[in-house]
Amino acid sequence: MTSTTLDGGAAAPAEGNLKSRLRRAERLRKLKAIGLVAPLALFLVVVFVVPIGSMLLNSVDNGSLRQVMPQTASALAQWDGEGLPGEATFAAFAEELRDSRRGGGLGSVGRRLNYENPEYRGLLMRTLMGLPAESDDWRATLIDIDPAWGETATWRGIQAAAPPRTDRYLLASLDLERGADGEIQRVDQQDRLYQAVFQRTLVIAGGVTLICLALGFPLAYLLATLPAKTSNLLMILVLLPFWTSLLVRTAAWIILLQSNGLANQTLQTLGLIESPLQLVFNRTGVFFAMVHILLPFMVLPLYSVMKGISPSYQRAAVSLGAHPFAAFWQVYAPQTLSGVAAGTILVFIMALGYYITPALVGGPADQMVSYYVAYYTNTTNNWGMAAALGSILLAVTLLLYLVYHRLVNRKQLIGS
Amino acid sequence: MPNPSNDPSPDPSTSLIRFAAVQKTYDGEQLVVKDLNLAIEPGEFVTLLGPSGSGKTTCLMMLAGFEVPTSGDIFLRDQRLNSVPPHKRNFGMVFQNYALFPHMTVEENIRYPLKTRRLPAAEADRKVSEILDMIQLRDFAKRRPAQLSGGQQQRVALARSLVFEPQLVLMDEPLGALDKQLREQMQLEIKHLHEQLGLTVVFVTHDQSEALTMSDRVAVFNDGVIQQIDTPSNLYEYPANAFVAQFIGENNTLAGRVESVEGERCRARFGEGLATGALLGPGLGVGDATHLSIRPERVKLNGAARALPNRLPARVHEFIYLGDHLRVRCALPGNDDFVARVPVDDFDADMKPGDTIELGWRDEDVRALDAP
Repeated sequence: MTSTTLDGGAAAPAEGNLKSRLRRAERLRKLKAIGLVAPLALFLVVVFVVPIGSMLLNSVDNGSLRQVMPQTASALAQWDGEGLPGEATFAAFAEELRDSRRGGGLGSVGRRLNYENPEYRGLLMRTLMGLPAESDDWRATLIDIDPAWGETATWRGIQAAAPPRTDRYLLASLDLERGADGEIQRVDQQDRLYQAVFQRTLVIAGGVTLICLALGFPLAYLLATLPAKTSNLLMILVLLPFWTSLLVRTAAWIILLQSNGLANQTLQTLGLIESPLQLVFNRTGVFFAMVHILLPFMVLPLYSVMKGISPSYQRAAVSLGAHPFAAFWQVYAPQTLSGVAAGTILVFIMALGYYITPALVGGPADQMVSYYVAYYTNTTNNWGMAAALGSILLAVTLLLYLVYHRLVNRKQLIGS
Repeated sequence: MPNPSNDPSPDPSTSLIRFAAVQKTYDGEQLVVKDLNLAIEPGEFVTLLGPSGSGKTTCLMMLAGFEVPTSGDIFLRDQRLNSVPPHKRNFGMVFQNYALFPHMTVEENIRYPLKTRRLPAAEADRKVSEILDMIQLRDFAKRRPAQLSGGQQQRVALARSLVFEPQLVLMDEPLGALDKQLREQMQLEIKHLHEQLGLTVVFVTHDQSEALTMSDRVAVFNDGVIQQIDTPSNLYEYPANAFVAQFIGENNTLAGRVESVEGERCRARFGEGLATGALLGPGLGVGDATHLSIRPERVKLNGAARALPNRLPARVHEFIYLGDHLRVRCALPGNDDFVARVPVDDFDADMKPGDTIELGWRDEDVRALDAP
């Protein structure tokens, strides 16, 4: 008994000692590893994590009123929304409206308030023009300048822009809005747009992925089974599109597919069609161009997985009595699953974000989410909507990825 | 003593498999298999043995149906096999890397050939269960191949190739990936399975000890030609030519010339003015160049050599101690690397490297073979 206790007591510190010695011995190696990874990690934080984080924040940011008119914003935040706000609010608003001209804040406030109602910018300009230097009764003065200041709805609109965060962009991206009572409701039928855009984006990306898989799988199989000399040559042809600019390739498709382009002329010369087919500036053109651009991203992961599958598996299946087709589907194809998974997820996610190609070779009904993101950032300067659309696209992508990952992992081979 | 001149090839009319004048070329220039004739009896364990590139694997692949003979025929009994696709041949095959399907469990792997044959589920269950017991892997039925050791994977591959009771089992270097001890154990297991189940096995290997351990007959391949096909003991004791003598077991070679012939014996000169009696190999006559082949264990030293008819002096290079025996490397006229194998008990401890010793052997321990 005693000796056991002694032994145990002696062993424990020795073990701890061993562990700490191991840690010390490994420390230098760990430092080296961190040193090697650090530049990339830093780069990723700067160009990836920070922009995405700020984009996510932008989608709920409501700071423009609070920045330019802090007193008005905090006064309205406390207003109950009934009747009209108090004289102090009117006074603060008038004061800050006058000051806003100098800082250039008027533009951003006007833009923000216009999302609530497109009348606001004009109202603010008119009010600013007629604003006297001093007034005893700001309420009467403002209503005198424009009767809109006497309406509750006007102040409610400004109140909606007062809190520091808002869900209006995210809701608008899903064709939703908050009604007068604050309940979430669908927007009017004729204003609905984004649900259809998201749906279209998923359909186009999914269609491109399926076509790429259907075309890429046999090609990758051929590449993986041919002798190295021939397969290397074919691999160069697969990679060839990478050497040309995306814009050039897309423009080339327009030339090939247009009404009097090569494709239509050939078909007409062969007598297969009477009049030219509409192949571009519609969904067909989008599929042609996007599949062409994204095909290598399907072929490469498939090829690398197939290259590692020994031909003896199929031979074994055949020797066990399976027809060569059965051997292929039962034995070979399941082993390519990880390549199929990698290829499809890669192509799908890249396709989701496509912007230039659909914009050039698609029609108005073929524009994807990224088109609207670009529209809001470049044309209307509505960062809130752009960020909200981007965030929702990101969320949908992550969700789909998780579902997919789980599905594939369940079927995925263990080990090997 | 078995008669070496007796042809051990079986009667072709009863054989299970027959290669008739089979040739194979891949590039249209060089024959990988040249004029192969080989008959395999039902229940036989035949090994195709040879160095890499000797054509033995090509023969197996033609038999399995994965390669087509360029000319000649392969028969299964009296059915011509050339045009039968591999999945209809009903041969079991064990591959070098086992080729167990990684996405299937052990049980699913073994069931696969029964599934392709559309066996009723109950019968398939019974067969899988029986064979799992036989290979003693019942507890591993639900595991995937990657979770098994090399030896276990080997047994699963074996079970999968046997479960549908094929008329012939082909094995393509199935033990190559195992370590020495496990390999020797599996050699015996396969040999016992062959005996218990009455299997007909064609086994390909480049390991001569594996071939000698397991086979009823061994076909020694070199350069696309079967050099000799015989029982393991005949191959060792009566090699048909210098290649076989060199490839099977350890061998000393002395280049010489046949001086006189007397029945199955002859006298041959070698080195400078030395001569020995020898058994005459096939196809040799007086004046022919010959390779004299002597197994190291037949060479006697000093005292033990005194009474023998062929004696000559040699200088010792070194002694190599191997536990049960010693190898004495020495130089004699015509061969700088001549090896004698001496039991440890017979060894004279006074011998040192550099000493001159006397070597001796009987006439019948030497075979005069064709010089390649």
